[in-house]
Amino acid sequence: MGKRLVEWVDRRFPLTTFIKHELTEYPTPRNLSIWWTFGFFAGFMLVLQIVSGVFLAMHYKPDATLAFASVEHIMRDVNYGWLLRYIHSTGASAFFIVIYIHMARTLYYGSFRAPRELMWWTGQVLLLSLMATAFMGYLLPWGQMSYWGAQVITNLFRATPFIGDQVVIWLRGDFVVGDATLQRFFALHFLFPFLICGLVMIHLVALHFVKSSNPSGINLADKDNIPFHPYFTAKDFYGLGIFLIIFFYFVFFHPEYFIEEANNIPANPLVTPPHIVPEWYFLPFYAILRAIPDFAGGVVAMTLSIMVFALMPYLDRCKIPGGSRYRPVYRAMFLIFAIDIVALSYVGYEPPSETLAVVGQVATAIYFSLFLLLPFASKWEDQWLRKRGLPKPVVEMMESEQRQRAAGWR
Amino acid sequence: MKPEDPADSDRRDFLGATTAVVAGIGVCGATWPLVSSMNPTADIKSRATSEVDISRIKPGEIHTVAWQGKPVFIVHRTQEQISAAESSPGGKDPQPDQNRVQKPEWLVVVGICTHLGCVPNRGGEGWVCPCHGSRYDQSGRIMHGPAPRNLEVPPYKFVGDNKIVIG
Ligand code: FES
Repeated sequence: MGKRLVEWVDRRFPLTTFIKHELTEYPTPRNLSIWWTFGFFAGFMLVLQIVSGVFLAMHYKPDATLAFASVEHIMRDVNYGWLLRYIHSTGASAFFIVIYIHMARTLYYGSFRAPRELMWWTGQVLLLSLMATAFMGYLLPWGQMSYWGAQVITNLFRATPFIGDQVVIWLRGDFVVGDATLQRFFALHFLFPFLICGLVMIHLVALHFVKSSNPSGINLADKDNIPFHPYFTAKDFYGLGIFLIIFFYFVFFHPEYFIEEANNIPANPLVTPPHIVPEWYFLPFYAILRAIPDFAGGVVAMTLSIMVFALMPYLDRCKIPGGSRYRPVYRAMFLIFAIDIVALSYVGYEPPSETLAVVGQVATAIYFSLFLLLPFASKWEDQWLRKRGLPKPVVEMMESEQRQRAAGWR
Repeated sequence: MKPEDPADSDRRDFLGATTAVVAGIGVCGATWPLVSSMNPTADIKSRATSEVDISRIKPGEIHTVAWQGKPVFIVHRTQEQISAAESSPGGKDPQPDQNRVQKPEWLVVVGICTHLGCVPNRGGEGWVCPCHGSRYDQSGRIMHGPAPRNLEVPPYKFVGDNKIVIG
């Protein structure tokens, strides 16, 4: 019966071929490490956020006078409402951790390089959409931190030349963040995840066209590969199990880590809390915003600090494969960058002070100079490594890669 | 089919371009109502004025009232505060104190930091913004920090001795 049903479908829709092509026979490099499972975790988090979010939306009221109370209602009266909310609020943070690790892996192993530029750029658009979604969702509980976060971020658009003030009022639908803002943020917060799903499809189509990168940096998917299923389905789900244990530890025992205390006070448009901080995943960018003493300059620097990643395929001019693995200079730069991000996050978290302002400015300078330095450093590193003589396996890999290219393989 | 005559392909290009332009205008026209619907609604715009009784604000005290949903600070300034404000030219956005008040003892400013819109707290020489540390003096002028401009003075007028109307 089942077989005949599948046959019936197969005559009308390429079901079996699709599963074969994209899953059971999809060629995957055999040497993928645990860092390659984070894309799968991200997909899982997207589904988890959509599911918990839809059920939360059944009880939430997007109205400035009711929103705060409706969240309390979810926490106290709705069956398992606390679970839904804590999954959703902790899930936002988990989503960003997963995405940042996914990006860090891409940067570390140089996976953004040709032919995967489009993967990197669709990923960048996904990151921006995720940030927008998270930011709009953060307003919905209508607490003090929600309110003032939204007030500050919408105000950034005042840096738009000439029509800045109108743009801000247009975004808010009011002179300050108010009921109109809350309602539109709710509508868009509901819509964006579905746009993200569409973008993820594009990301995946691109992935299945160029195939996975791998720690060696050489294209292995076409020679040294194993089918995705069962090898990587097993690996991905095993990883997911561990990931979920950690995730639910926080959901059950420390959900408050991801909810600012000030957000337990209803929004008050007349009083700003003494210390406002954005969610942790925005801290480095917020620190860059604060580091520039000029308003418009700060906004431009912050925007650049996110958008500059898109240039990576062009900034990295080294032809040695394998990202940091075979490239000491690039690896050092990556580590400095990672430490710099941590420093920026710290500066972004602390209340403004004279010394911290200097630290923030130095960290911002390092952040951007790493990107500016990369074209020269990578070029020089390429020459230096070749002169010094590359390790034999790397040379072999590069040669076989070259033969493949010469043989007309894309 | 006959081989294409060049005049024919010119005509096609022209038709293609015209269609694109007309469709473009149509899309813009169709988008306009959507964009416009996001602007403040009529009822929000109508909250344009606020009336405040100032007789109960003692010298040195400050009241915060809402105007268009924004906080407005009404400060009954003391003699020292007035002289401090009058003797200083202001910081990076210089403006004499006289141009910022109608009566020297009453300062009325919109309580929204001109940097990113937090509400400054009373402190320092006047106000300190909790968000990124901008400092304002007794006249609401920016002295230090990232804010580019002085606190805005809203349109207001005194009605009798004890009342002002903002807006
Ligand atoms: S909002 Fe006041 S200093 Fe930034």
